[in-house]
Amino acid sequence: MTAVLTERPAPPSTARIALARVGLELRLFFRQRQQVAFSFAYPVVMMVIFSAILGGDERPGDIPFAQYFLAGIAATGIMLVSFQAVGTAIADERESGVLERLQLLGTPPVAYFAGKAGQVLVTTAAQLALLLPVARYGYDVPMPADLGHWLTFGWVAALGALAGTVLGIAVSALPGSASSVSTGISALALVLQFFSGVFFGFLELPGWMQQIAALFPLKWLTQGMRSAFLPEQAGAFEIAGSWEHGRTVLVLLAWVIIGVVICARTFRWRRGEG
Amino acid sequence: MTTTELSPLRGTTSAGPPVISLRGLRKSYAGRVVLDGLDLDVHRGECFALLGPNGAGKTTAIEVLEGVRRRDAGEVLVLGEDPAAAGRAWRARLGVVAQGEAAGQALSVRETLDHFAHYTAIPRPTDELLAAVGLTEKAGTQVARLSGGQRRRLAVALGVQGNPELVFLDEPTTGMDPVARRQFWQLVRDLRDGGTTVLLTTHYLDEAAELADRVGVLAGGRLVEVAPPGELGAPLRRLATVSWLEDGRRRQVRTESPASVLRDLLANTPHEVPGLTVTRPGLEDVYLQLVGATPGGDL
Repeated sequence: MTAVLTERPAPPSTARIALARVGLELRLFFRQRQQVAFSFAYPVVMMVIFSAILGGDERPGDIPFAQYFLAGIAATGIMLVSFQAVGTAIADERESGVLERLQLLGTPPVAYFAGKAGQVLVTTAAQLALLLPVARYGYDVPMPADLGHWLTFGWVAALGALAGTVLGIAVSALPGSASSVSTGISALALVLQFFSGVFFGFLELPGWMQQIAALFPLKWLTQGMRSAFLPEQAGAFEIAGSWEHGRTVLVLLAWVIIGVVICARTFRWRRGEG
Repeated sequence: MTTTELSPLRGTTSAGPPVISLRGLRKSYAGRVVLDGLDLDVHRGECFALLGPNGAGKTTAIEVLEGVRRRDAGEVLVLGEDPAAAGRAWRARLGVVAQGEAAGQALSVRETLDHFAHYTAIPRPTDELLAAVGLTEKAGTQVARLSGGQRRRLAVALGVQGNPELVFLDEPTTGMDPVARRQFWQLVRDLRDGGTTVLLTTHYLDEAAELADRVGVLAGGRLVEVAPPGELGAPLRRLATVSWLEDGRRRQVRTESPASVLRDLLANTPHEVPGLTVTRPGLEDVYLQLVGATPGGDL
Protein backbone atom coordinates (compact mmCIF):
# COMPACT_ATOMS: atom_id res chain seq x y z
CA MET A 1 0.00 0.00 0.00
CA THR A 2 1.12 3.52 -0.64
CA ALA A 3 1.48 4.58 2.94
CA VAL A 4 3.17 7.93 2.40
CA LEU A 5 0.36 9.28 0.28
CA THR A 6 -1.72 11.91 1.99
CA GLU A 7 -3.37 13.60 -0.99
CA ARG A 8 -5.03 11.73 -3.77
CA PRO A 9 -4.33 13.36 -7.12
CA ALA A 10 -7.19 14.06 -9.53
CA PRO A 11 -8.20 11.11 -11.74
CA PRO A 12 -6.52 10.93 -15.16
CA SER A 13 -7.97 13.21 -17.82
CA THR A 14 -10.57 12.05 -20.33
CA ALA A 15 -7.97 12.49 -23.09
CA ARG A 16 -5.49 10.19 -21.37
CA ILE A 17 -8.05 7.46 -20.88
CA ALA A 18 -9.28 7.93 -24.45
CA LEU A 19 -5.75 7.41 -25.75
CA ALA A 20 -5.36 4.23 -23.71
CA ARG A 21 -8.69 3.01 -25.03
CA VAL A 22 -7.76 3.59 -28.68
CA GLY A 23 -4.69 1.40 -28.14
CA LEU A 24 -6.79 -1.24 -26.40
CA GLU A 25 -9.53 -1.26 -29.03
CA LEU A 26 -7.03 -1.63 -31.86
CA ARG A 27 -5.23 -4.43 -30.08
CA LEU A 28 -8.50 -6.26 -29.42
CA PHE A 29 -9.73 -5.72 -32.98
CA PHE A 30 -6.63 -7.05 -34.65
CA ARG A 31 -6.60 -10.10 -32.39
CA GLN A 32 -10.01 -11.17 -33.66
CA ARG A 33 -8.87 -12.75 -36.88
CA GLN A 34 -12.34 -13.53 -38.21
CA GLN A 35 -13.51 -9.98 -37.75
CA VAL A 36 -10.36 -8.59 -39.34
CA ALA A 37 -10.70 -10.91 -42.34
CA PHE A 38 -14.40 -10.13 -42.74
CA SER A 39 -14.01 -6.36 -42.41
CA PHE A 40 -11.25 -6.18 -44.97
CA ALA A 41 -12.47 -8.80 -47.42
CA TYR A 42 -16.14 -7.73 -47.51
CA PRO A 43 -15.83 -4.68 -49.76
CA VAL A 44 -13.38 -6.43 -52.06
CA VAL A 45 -15.68 -9.43 -52.41
CA MET A 46 -18.68 -7.16 -53.06
CA MET A 47 -16.67 -5.35 -55.72
CA VAL A 48 -15.83 -8.64 -57.39
CA ILE A 49 -19.39 -10.00 -57.26
CA PHE A 50 -21.24 -6.90 -58.41
CA SER A 51 -18.74 -6.17 -61.17
CA ALA A 52 -19.06 -9.73 -62.42
CA ILE A 53 -22.86 -9.43 -62.56
CA LEU A 54 -23.36 -5.84 -63.66
CA GLY A 55 -19.95 -5.02 -65.10
CA GLY A 56 -21.33 -4.25 -68.57
CA ASP A 57 -23.86 -1.68 -67.34
CA GLU A 58 -23.31 2.02 -67.42
CA ARG A 59 -24.64 4.59 -65.03
CA PRO A 60 -26.02 8.00 -66.08
CA GLY A 61 -23.38 10.13 -67.72
CA ASP A 62 -21.65 7.20 -69.42
CA ILE A 63 -19.91 6.19 -66.24
CA PRO A 64 -18.83 2.55 -66.13
CA PHE A 65 -20.59 0.53 -63.45
CA ALA A 66 -17.45 -0.31 -61.50
CA GLN A 67 -16.57 3.34 -61.14
CA TYR A 68 -20.02 4.25 -59.88
CA PHE A 69 -20.15 1.23 -57.65
CA LEU A 70 -16.74 1.81 -56.00
CA ALA A 71 -18.17 4.88 -54.27
CA GLY A 72 -21.06 2.83 -52.89
CA ILE A 73 -18.93 -0.08 -51.82
CA ALA A 74 -16.38 2.18 -50.11
CA ALA A 75 -19.26 3.77 -48.22
CA THR A 76 -20.83 0.49 -47.26
CA GLY A 77 -17.44 -0.87 -46.14
CA ILE A 78 -17.02 2.13 -43.86
CA MET A 79 -20.52 1.55 -42.52
CA LEU A 80 -19.60 -2.04 -41.78
CA VAL A 81 -16.51 -1.26 -39.70
CA SER A 82 -18.11 1.72 -37.98
CA PHE A 83 -21.86 1.38 -37.45
CA GLN A 84 -22.20 -2.40 -37.56
CA ALA A 85 -18.98 -3.38 -35.79
CA VAL A 86 -19.30 -0.74 -33.09
CA GLY A 87 -22.97 -1.39 -32.36
CA THR A 88 -22.39 -5.12 -32.09
CA ALA A 89 -19.24 -4.76 -29.99
CA ILE A 90 -20.88 -2.43 -27.48
CA ALA A 91 -23.88 -4.73 -27.07
CA ASP A 92 -21.43 -7.58 -26.38
CA GLU A 93 -19.40 -5.54 -23.93
CA ARG A 94 -22.52 -4.49 -22.11
CA GLU A 95 -23.60 -8.11 -21.75
CA SER A 96 -20.21 -9.44 -20.66
CA GLY A 97 -19.81 -6.85 -17.91
CA VAL A 98 -16.93 -4.95 -19.52
CA LEU A 99 -19.01 -1.77 -19.49
CA GLU A 100 -20.04 -2.29 -15.89
CA ARG A 101 -16.39 -2.32 -14.91
CA LEU A 102 -15.77 0.88 -16.86
CA GLN A 103 -18.69 2.49 -15.07
CA LEU A 104 -17.35 1.44 -11.67
CA LEU A 105 -13.99 2.94 -12.61
CA GLY A 106 -15.73 6.23 -13.35
CA THR A 107 -14.73 6.15 -17.02
CA PRO A 108 -16.07 9.20 -18.88
CA PRO A 109 -18.38 7.87 -21.65
CA VAL A 110 -16.68 10.19 -24.13
CA ALA A 111 -13.33 8.47 -23.48
CA TYR A 112 -14.96 5.15 -24.24
CA PHE A 113 -16.53 6.52 -27.44
CA ALA A 114 -13.20 8.01 -28.49
CA GLY A 115 -11.59 4.60 -28.16
CA LYS A 116 -14.16 3.16 -30.55
CA ALA A 117 -13.80 6.08 -32.96
CA GLY A 118 -10.01 5.84 -33.01
CA GLN A 119 -10.14 2.14 -33.74
CA VAL A 120 -12.75 2.71 -36.47
CA LEU A 121 -10.66 5.39 -38.18
CA VAL A 122 -7.60 3.15 -38.33
CA THR A 123 -9.63 0.19 -39.53
CA THR A 124 -11.36 2.33 -42.17
CA ALA A 125 -8.01 3.52 -43.50
CA ALA A 126 -6.70 -0.04 -43.71
CA GLN A 127 -9.86 -1.26 -45.40
CA LEU A 128 -9.81 1.47 -48.05
CA ALA A 129 -6.09 0.98 -48.62
CA LEU A 130 -6.95 -2.56 -49.62
CA LEU A 131 -10.05 -1.77 -51.68
CA LEU A 132 -8.71 1.05 -53.84
CA PRO A 133 -5.84 -0.86 -55.47
CA VAL A 134 -8.24 -3.71 -56.28
CA ALA A 135 -10.59 -1.24 -57.99
CA ARG A 136 -7.78 0.58 -59.74
CA TYR A 137 -5.83 -2.39 -61.06
CA GLY A 138 -8.57 -5.02 -61.21
CA TYR A 139 -11.37 -2.92 -62.69
CA ASP A 140 -9.65 0.13 -64.16
CA VAL A 141 -11.54 2.50 -61.94
CA PRO A 142 -9.86 5.90 -62.04
CA MET A 143 -8.70 7.18 -58.67
CA PRO A 144 -9.70 10.67 -57.46
CA ALA A 145 -8.63 13.06 -60.18
CA ASP A 146 -6.48 15.49 -58.21
CA LEU A 147 -5.47 16.55 -54.73
CA GLY A 148 -8.81 18.28 -54.23
CA HIS A 149 -10.68 15.06 -54.96
CA TRP A 150 -8.35 13.09 -52.70
CA LEU A 151 -9.03 15.58 -49.90
CA THR A 152 -12.76 15.16 -50.50
CA PHE A 153 -12.28 11.40 -50.31
CA GLY A 154 -10.38 11.85 -47.03
CA TRP A 155 -12.86 14.05 -45.22
CA VAL A 156 -15.87 12.11 -46.47
CA ALA A 157 -14.33 8.83 -45.29
CA ALA A 158 -13.33 10.25 -41.90
CA LEU A 159 -16.63 12.01 -41.21
CA GLY A 160 -18.58 9.02 -42.47
CA ALA A 161 -16.66 6.66 -40.21
CA LEU A 162 -17.21 8.93 -37.20
CA ALA A 163 -20.91 9.39 -37.93
CA GLY A 164 -21.25 5.63 -38.37
CA THR A 165 -19.56 5.13 -35.00
CA VAL A 166 -22.02 7.46 -33.33
CA LEU A 167 -24.95 5.68 -34.97
CA GLY A 168 -23.46 2.38 -33.76
CA ILE A 169 -23.23 3.67 -30.19
CA ALA A 170 -26.85 4.78 -30.41
CA VAL A 171 -28.24 1.50 -31.74
CA SER A 172 -26.26 -0.59 -29.26
CA ALA A 173 -28.93 0.45 -26.77
CA LEU A 174 -31.62 -1.47 -28.64
CA PRO A 175 -33.46 -3.77 -26.25
CA GLY A 176 -32.70 -7.46 -26.04
CA SER A 177 -29.67 -9.68 -25.70
CA ALA A 178 -26.38 -8.93 -27.44
CA SER A 179 -27.12 -11.45 -30.16
CA SER A 180 -30.58 -10.04 -30.87
CA VAL A 181 -29.14 -6.51 -30.96
CA SER A 182 -26.54 -7.75 -33.42
CA THR A 183 -29.27 -9.21 -35.64
CA GLY A 184 -31.22 -5.96 -35.47
CA ILE A 185 -28.15 -3.96 -36.43
CA SER A 186 -27.44 -6.18 -39.44
CA ALA A 187 -31.03 -5.80 -40.62
CA LEU A 188 -30.89 -2.04 -40.16
CA ALA A 189 -27.60 -1.83 -42.05
CA LEU A 190 -29.03 -3.84 -44.93
CA VAL A 191 -32.12 -1.65 -45.21
CA LEU A 192 -30.01 1.48 -44.92
CA GLN A 193 -27.75 0.29 -47.73
CA PHE A 194 -30.67 -0.12 -50.12
CA PHE A 195 -32.28 3.17 -49.05
CA SER A 196 -29.04 5.05 -49.43
CA GLY A 197 -28.38 4.01 -53.00
CA VAL A 198 -25.34 1.89 -52.33
CA PHE A 199 -26.32 -0.86 -54.76
CA PHE A 200 -28.56 1.09 -57.11
CA GLY A 201 -28.49 4.61 -58.38
CA PHE A 202 -29.95 6.80 -55.68
CA LEU A 203 -32.05 8.60 -58.33
CA GLU A 204 -33.89 5.41 -59.17
CA LEU A 205 -35.26 5.06 -55.63
CA PRO A 206 -38.78 6.20 -54.71
CA GLY A 207 -38.99 9.66 -53.17
CA TRP A 208 -39.98 8.53 -49.68
CA MET A 209 -36.97 6.23 -49.56
CA GLN A 210 -34.70 9.07 -50.59
CA GLN A 211 -36.12 11.27 -47.88
CA ILE A 212 -35.68 8.71 -45.12
CA ALA A 213 -32.16 7.98 -46.33
CA ALA A 214 -31.30 11.69 -46.19
CA LEU A 215 -31.69 11.56 -42.40
CA PHE A 216 -28.94 8.98 -42.02
CA PRO A 217 -25.21 9.32 -42.65
CA LEU A 218 -24.85 6.53 -45.19
CA LYS A 219 -26.63 8.43 -48.00
CA TRP A 220 -24.31 11.41 -47.55
CA LEU A 221 -21.27 9.22 -47.19
CA THR A 222 -22.11 7.47 -50.48
CA GLN A 223 -22.83 10.73 -52.26
CA GLY A 224 -19.61 12.23 -50.95
CA MET A 225 -17.69 9.22 -52.19
CA ARG A 226 -19.23 9.62 -55.64
CA SER A 227 -18.05 13.22 -55.66
CA ALA A 228 -14.52 12.00 -55.06
CA PHE A 229 -14.50 9.19 -57.62
CA LEU A 230 -16.78 10.38 -60.42
CA PRO A 231 -16.06 13.15 -62.90
CA GLU A 232 -17.15 16.65 -61.92
CA GLN A 233 -20.08 16.79 -64.38
CA ALA A 234 -21.66 13.64 -62.89
CA GLY A 235 -22.82 15.84 -60.02
CA ALA A 236 -25.59 16.99 -62.31
CA PHE A 237 -27.15 13.56 -61.96
CA GLU A 238 -27.53 13.83 -58.19
CA ILE A 239 -30.91 14.72 -56.71
CA ALA A 240 -29.96 18.31 -56.06
CA GLY A 241 -28.13 18.57 -59.36
CA SER A 242 -24.83 19.00 -57.54
CA TRP A 243 -22.55 17.19 -55.08
CA GLU A 244 -23.90 19.21 -52.14
CA HIS A 245 -20.60 19.19 -50.24
CA GLY A 246 -21.84 21.82 -47.83
CA ARG A 247 -24.88 19.81 -46.86
CA THR A 248 -22.85 16.60 -46.66
CA VAL A 249 -20.46 18.17 -44.16
CA LEU A 250 -23.37 19.59 -42.24
CA VAL A 251 -25.30 16.33 -41.93
CA LEU A 252 -22.27 14.20 -41.10
CA LEU A 253 -20.91 16.74 -38.60
CA ALA A 254 -24.33 17.02 -37.00
CA TRP A 255 -24.37 13.26 -36.59
CA VAL A 256 -20.94 13.36 -34.96
CA ILE A 257 -21.39 16.34 -32.66
CA ILE A 258 -25.06 16.18 -31.73
CA GLY A 259 -24.87 12.40 -31.70
CA VAL A 260 -21.97 12.34 -29.25
CA VAL A 261 -23.68 14.79 -26.92
CA ILE A 262 -26.89 12.75 -26.91
CA CYS A 263 -25.03 9.46 -26.54
CA ALA A 264 -22.89 10.77 -23.68
CA ARG A 265 -26.04 11.79 -21.83
CA THR A 266 -28.15 8.75 -22.50
CA PHE A 267 -25.45 6.07 -22.60
CA ARG A 268 -26.22 3.06 -20.40
CA TRP A 269 -23.31 1.09 -19.00
CA ARG A 270 -25.60 -1.76 -18.08
CA ARG A 271 -29.02 -3.14 -18.86
CA GLY A 272 -31.93 -1.95 -16.77
CA GLU A 273 -31.89 1.22 -14.77
CA GLY A 274 -28.67 3.16 -14.39
CA MET B 1 -14.29 16.39 -17.67
CA THR B 2 -11.11 16.73 -15.59
CA THR B 3 -11.72 17.45 -11.99
CA THR B 4 -9.26 19.27 -9.82
CA GLU B 5 -10.81 18.38 -6.52
CA LEU B 6 -8.43 16.58 -4.18
CA SER B 7 -9.71 14.07 -1.72
CA PRO B 8 -7.59 13.44 1.31
CA LEU B 9 -6.52 9.91 2.07
CA ARG B 10 -7.33 9.69 5.71
CA GLY B 11 -5.46 7.60 8.21
CA THR B 12 -6.74 4.11 8.63
CA THR B 13 -6.72 3.86 12.38
CA SER B 14 -8.75 6.85 13.47
CA ALA B 15 -12.33 6.31 14.53
CA GLY B 16 -13.61 9.28 12.53
CA PRO B 17 -16.96 9.32 10.77
CA PRO B 18 -18.20 6.01 9.36
CA VAL B 19 -17.00 5.06 5.89
CA ILE B 20 -20.49 3.86 5.06
CA SER B 21 -23.59 5.25 6.67
CA LEU B 22 -27.12 4.15 5.80
CA ARG B 23 -30.38 5.44 7.26
CA GLY B 24 -33.71 4.07 6.11
CA LEU B 25 -32.46 2.82 2.74
CA ARG B 26 -35.41 1.58 0.70
CA LYS B 27 -35.62 0.13 -2.77
CA SER B 28 -38.27 -1.76 -4.66
CA TYR B 29 -38.55 -3.10 -8.18
CA ALA B 30 -41.96 -2.90 -9.80
CA GLY B 31 -43.71 -2.88 -6.45
CA ARG B 32 -41.62 -5.69 -4.96
CA VAL B 33 -39.78 -4.40 -1.90
CA VAL B 34 -36.14 -5.48 -1.96
CA LEU B 35 -34.66 -3.22 0.72
CA ASP B 36 -37.06 -2.23 3.44
CA GLY B 37 -35.32 0.42 5.52
CA LEU B 38 -31.67 -0.46 6.11
CA ASP B 39 -29.71 1.30 8.85
CA LEU B 40 -26.01 0.61 9.05
CA ASP B 41 -22.63 2.17 9.87
CA VAL B 42 -19.39 0.62 8.67
CA HIS B 43 -16.23 2.02 10.20
CA ARG B 44 -12.83 2.74 8.73
CA GLY B 45 -10.61 -0.30 8.54
CA GLU B 46 -13.45 -2.69 9.25
CA CYS B 47 -14.36 -5.79 7.27
CA PHE B 48 -18.14 -5.99 7.20
CA ALA B 49 -20.03 -8.93 5.71
CA LEU B 50 -23.58 -8.67 4.43
CA LEU B 51 -24.90 -12.16 4.80
CA GLY B 52 -28.15 -13.41 3.40
CA PRO B 53 -29.81 -15.92 1.13
CA ASN B 54 -30.13 -15.37 -2.61
CA GLY B 55 -32.58 -12.61 -3.38
CA ALA B 56 -32.23 -11.02 0.04
CA GLY B 57 -31.15 -7.72 -1.50
CA LYS B 58 -27.39 -7.93 -0.91
CA THR B 59 -26.45 -7.04 -4.46
CA THR B 60 -29.00 -4.24 -4.64
CA ALA B 61 -27.62 -2.77 -1.41
CA ILE B 62 -24.04 -2.88 -2.65
CA GLU B 63 -25.03 -1.38 -6.00
CA VAL B 64 -26.69 1.55 -4.25
CA LEU B 65 -23.49 2.06 -2.23
CA GLU B 66 -21.42 1.92 -5.42
CA GLY B 67 -23.58 4.62 -6.95
CA VAL B 68 -24.74 2.52 -9.87
CA ARG B 69 -28.30 2.00 -8.70
CA ARG B 70 -30.85 4.57 -7.62
CA ARG B 71 -32.57 4.26 -4.28
CA ASP B 72 -36.20 5.03 -3.54
CA ALA B 73 -35.63 6.59 -0.13
CA GLY B 74 -33.17 6.94 2.69
CA GLU B 75 -29.88 8.65 3.43
CA VAL B 76 -26.71 7.11 2.08
CA LEU B 77 -23.20 8.39 2.69
CA VAL B 78 -20.17 6.54 1.37
CA LEU B 79 -16.78 8.11 2.12
CA GLY B 80 -18.70 11.19 3.13
CA GLU B 81 -20.60 11.64 -0.13
CA ASP B 82 -23.94 10.61 -1.57
CA PRO B 83 -23.11 7.90 -4.15
CA ALA B 84 -26.00 9.03 -6.36
CA ALA B 85 -24.38 12.44 -6.83
CA ALA B 86 -20.67 11.78 -6.35
CA GLY B 87 -18.15 12.23 -9.15
CA ARG B 88 -14.95 10.70 -10.42
CA ALA B 89 -12.78 11.89 -7.55
CA TRP B 90 -15.05 9.99 -5.16
CA ARG B 91 -15.10 6.92 -7.39
CA ALA B 92 -11.31 6.87 -7.43
CA ARG B 93 -11.39 6.14 -3.70
CA LEU B 94 -13.52 3.02 -4.17
CA GLY B 95 -12.44 -0.38 -5.35
CA VAL B 96 -14.93 -2.84 -6.72
CA VAL B 97 -14.20 -6.48 -7.34
CA ALA B 98 -16.60 -6.88 -10.23
CA GLN B 99 -18.06 -10.12 -11.57
CA GLY B 100 -17.90 -9.40 -15.28
CA GLU B 101 -15.22 -9.72 -17.87
CA ALA B 102 -12.18 -7.45 -17.50
CA ALA B 103 -11.33 -5.73 -20.80
CA GLY B 104 -11.18 -8.51 -23.32
CA GLN B 105 -10.56 -12.24 -23.51
CA ALA B 106 -7.72 -11.77 -25.98
CA LEU B 107 -5.59 -9.72 -23.58
CA SER B 108 -2.99 -11.24 -21.30
CA VAL B 109 -3.21 -10.77 -17.55
CA ARG B 110 -0.38 -8.24 -17.61
CA GLU B 111 -1.87 -6.33 -20.55
CA THR B 112 -5.17 -6.12 -18.70
CA LEU B 113 -3.58 -4.71 -15.57
CA ASP B 114 -1.36 -2.35 -17.56
CA HIS B 115 -4.39 -1.07 -19.44
CA PHE B 116 -6.49 -0.34 -16.40
CA ALA B 117 -3.54 1.41 -14.75
CA HIS B 118 -4.39 4.31 -17.08
CA TYR B 119 -7.71 4.87 -15.31
CA THR B 120 -6.28 5.76 -11.92
CA ALA B 121 -3.97 8.51 -10.76
CA ILE B 122 -2.06 6.29 -8.35
CA PRO B 123 -1.95 2.74 -9.73
CA ARG B 124 -0.14 0.06 -7.80
CA PRO B 125 2.69 -1.36 -9.93
CA THR B 126 1.55 -4.28 -12.07
CA ASP B 127 4.25 -6.64 -10.76
CA GLU B 128 3.28 -5.87 -7.19
CA LEU B 129 -0.38 -6.62 -7.98
CA LEU B 130 0.50 -9.84 -9.78
CA ALA B 131 2.48 -11.01 -6.78
CA ALA B 132 -0.23 -9.98 -4.32
CA VAL B 133 -2.87 -12.10 -6.04
CA GLY B 134 -0.53 -14.94 -6.98
CA LEU B 135 -0.74 -14.47 -10.73
CA THR B 136 2.92 -13.70 -11.41
CA GLU B 137 3.36 -16.95 -13.31
CA LYS B 138 0.20 -16.30 -15.32
CA ALA B 139 1.18 -12.75 -16.32
CA GLY B 140 1.59 -13.67 -19.98
CA THR B 141 -1.49 -15.89 -20.17
CA GLN B 142 -4.57 -14.78 -22.10
CA VAL B 143 -7.55 -14.02 -19.91
CA ALA B 144 -9.55 -16.52 -22.01
CA ARG B 145 -7.28 -19.30 -20.76
CA LEU B 146 -7.54 -18.54 -17.04
CA SER B 147 -9.48 -20.76 -14.66
CA GLY B 148 -12.47 -19.35 -12.81
CA GLY B 149 -10.44 -18.86 -9.64
CA GLN B 150 -7.65 -17.13 -11.52
CA ARG B 151 -10.14 -14.77 -13.12
CA ARG B 152 -11.49 -13.89 -9.69
CA ARG B 153 -7.95 -13.13 -8.56
CA LEU B 154 -7.45 -10.88 -11.56
CA ALA B 155 -10.70 -9.16 -10.60
CA VAL B 156 -9.32 -8.59 -7.10
CA ALA B 157 -6.11 -7.17 -8.51
CA LEU B 158 -8.15 -4.77 -10.66
CA GLY B 159 -10.33 -3.89 -7.68
CA VAL B 160 -7.39 -2.73 -5.58
CA GLN B 161 -5.27 -1.31 -8.40
CA GLY B 162 -6.13 2.31 -7.61
CA ASN B 163 -5.24 2.07 -3.90
CA PRO B 164 -8.88 2.30 -2.77
CA GLU B 165 -9.88 3.23 0.75
CA LEU B 166 -12.99 1.10 0.52
CA VAL B 167 -13.41 -2.15 -1.37
CA PHE B 168 -16.67 -3.83 -2.33
CA LEU B 169 -16.70 -7.58 -2.85
CA ASP B 170 -20.00 -8.94 -4.12
CA GLU B 171 -20.17 -12.70 -3.59
CA PRO B 172 -16.50 -12.99 -4.42
CA THR B 173 -16.05 -16.73 -3.98
CA THR B 174 -19.20 -18.05 -5.64
CA GLY B 175 -18.20 -20.95 -7.84
CA MET B 176 -14.68 -21.27 -6.45
CA ASP B 177 -13.21 -24.59 -5.37
CA PRO B 178 -12.17 -24.87 -1.70
CA VAL B 179 -8.48 -24.24 -2.38
CA ALA B 180 -9.13 -21.13 -4.44
CA ARG B 181 -11.54 -19.97 -1.78
CA ARG B 182 -8.93 -20.22 0.99
CA GLN B 183 -6.41 -18.33 -1.15
CA PHE B 184 -9.00 -15.68 -1.79
CA TRP B 185 -9.73 -15.31 1.91
CA GLN B 186 -6.06 -14.63 2.51
CA LEU B 187 -6.21 -11.86 -0.09
CA VAL B 188 -9.10 -10.25 1.74
CA ARG B 189 -7.28 -10.53 5.08
CA ASP B 190 -4.23 -8.88 3.52
CA LEU B 191 -6.41 -6.04 2.29
CA ARG B 192 -7.94 -5.53 5.67
CA ASP B 193 -4.55 -5.74 7.39
CA GLY B 194 -3.41 -3.00 5.03
CA GLY B 195 -6.08 -0.74 6.49
CA THR B 196 -8.62 -0.96 3.68
CA THR B 197 -12.27 -0.97 4.64
CA VAL B 198 -13.97 -4.00 3.11
CA LEU B 199 -17.66 -4.58 2.49
CA LEU B 200 -18.41 -8.05 1.30
CA THR B 201 -21.59 -9.89 0.50
CA THR B 202 -21.82 -13.61 0.74
CA HIS B 203 -24.27 -16.39 1.26
CA TYR B 204 -21.61 -18.54 2.85
CA LEU B 205 -21.67 -18.40 6.60
CA ASP B 206 -18.15 -19.76 7.06
CA GLU B 207 -16.85 -17.03 4.79
CA ALA B 208 -18.46 -14.32 6.87
CA ALA B 209 -17.20 -15.90 10.10
CA GLU B 210 -13.72 -16.24 8.65
CA LEU B 211 -13.29 -12.72 7.31
CA ALA B 212 -15.64 -10.26 8.92
CA ASP B 213 -15.28 -8.11 12.00
CA ARG B 214 -19.05 -7.75 11.96
CA VAL B 215 -21.78 -9.52 10.09
CA GLY B 216 -25.12 -8.08 9.05
CA VAL B 217 -27.79 -10.66 8.32
CA LEU B 218 -30.07 -9.47 5.55
CA ALA B 219 -33.43 -11.17 5.21
CA GLY B 220 -36.64 -9.96 3.68
CA GLY B 221 -35.07 -6.60 2.86
CA ARG B 222 -34.12 -5.89 6.47
CA LEU B 223 -31.01 -6.27 8.57
CA VAL B 224 -32.32 -8.73 11.13
CA GLU B 225 -29.10 -8.68 13.10
CA VAL B 226 -25.71 -6.95 13.09
CA ALA B 227 -23.02 -8.46 15.31
CA PRO B 228 -19.49 -9.85 15.35
CA PRO B 229 -19.63 -13.38 13.93
CA GLY B 230 -19.00 -14.92 17.34
CA GLU B 231 -21.93 -13.07 18.86
CA LEU B 232 -24.38 -13.57 16.04
CA GLY B 233 -27.73 -14.74 17.31
CA ALA B 234 -26.56 -14.56 20.94
CA PRO B 235 -30.05 -14.96 22.45
CA LEU B 236 -30.73 -17.93 20.22
CA ARG B 237 -27.40 -19.44 21.04
CA ARG B 238 -27.95 -19.19 24.77
CA LEU B 239 -30.71 -21.76 24.33
CA ALA B 240 -29.20 -25.18 24.83
CA THR B 241 -31.04 -28.38 24.05
CA VAL B 242 -30.88 -31.16 26.62
CA SER B 243 -31.92 -34.44 25.10
CA TRP B 244 -32.12 -37.98 26.43
CA LEU B 245 -34.01 -41.25 26.03
CA GLU B 246 -36.76 -42.10 28.44
CA ASP B 247 -38.58 -45.41 28.09
CA GLY B 248 -37.14 -45.69 24.59
CA ARG B 249 -38.50 -42.30 23.51
CA ARG B 250 -36.44 -39.19 22.95
CA ARG B 251 -37.16 -36.27 25.16
CA GLN B 252 -35.92 -32.71 24.59
CA VAL B 253 -35.81 -29.61 26.71
CA ARG B 254 -34.73 -26.23 25.34
CA THR B 255 -33.35 -24.08 28.09
CA GLU B 256 -31.10 -21.16 28.93
CA SER B 257 -29.84 -23.01 32.01
CA PRO B 258 -28.98 -26.54 30.92
CA ALA B 259 -27.00 -27.19 34.11
CA SER B 260 -30.04 -26.93 36.31
CA VAL B 261 -32.06 -29.10 33.92
CA LEU B 262 -29.30 -31.66 34.10
CA ARG B 263 -29.13 -31.43 37.87
CA ASP B 264 -32.84 -32.23 38.16
CA LEU B 265 -32.60 -34.95 35.54
CA LEU B 266 -29.66 -36.67 37.25
CA ALA B 267 -31.27 -36.33 40.67
CA ASN B 268 -34.37 -38.15 39.40
CA THR B 269 -32.49 -40.87 37.53
CA PRO B 270 -30.51 -43.26 39.73
CA HIS B 271 -28.55 -44.92 36.93
CA GLU B 272 -27.08 -43.83 33.59
CA VAL B 273 -29.22 -41.53 31.44
CA PRO B 274 -29.37 -43.17 28.00
CA GLY B 275 -28.68 -41.02 24.93
CA LEU B 276 -27.93 -37.93 26.98
CA THR B 277 -26.73 -34.92 24.97
CA VAL B 278 -26.47 -31.20 25.60
CA THR B 279 -26.19 -29.17 22.41
CA ARG B 280 -26.05 -25.52 21.56
CA PRO B 281 -27.00 -24.25 18.13
CA GLY B 282 -24.07 -23.66 15.80
CA LEU B 283 -23.61 -20.50 13.77
CA GLU B 284 -25.42 -22.14 10.88
CA ASP B 285 -28.47 -23.05 12.96
CA VAL B 286 -28.64 -19.51 14.25
CA TYR B 287 -28.28 -18.10 10.77
CA LEU B 288 -31.01 -20.31 9.38
CA GLN B 289 -33.32 -19.19 12.14
CA LEU B 290 -32.43 -15.55 11.56
CA VAL B 291 -33.21 -15.67 7.85
CA GLY B 292 -36.39 -17.57 8.54
CA ALA B 293 -35.40 -20.73 6.75
CA THR B 294 -36.35 -22.98 9.66
CA PRO B 295 -39.68 -23.35 11.42
CA GLY B 296 -38.03 -21.91 14.54
CA GLY B 297 -37.36 -18.66 12.73
CA ASP B 298 -39.17 -15.46 13.52
CA LEU B 299 -39.94 -14.33 9.97
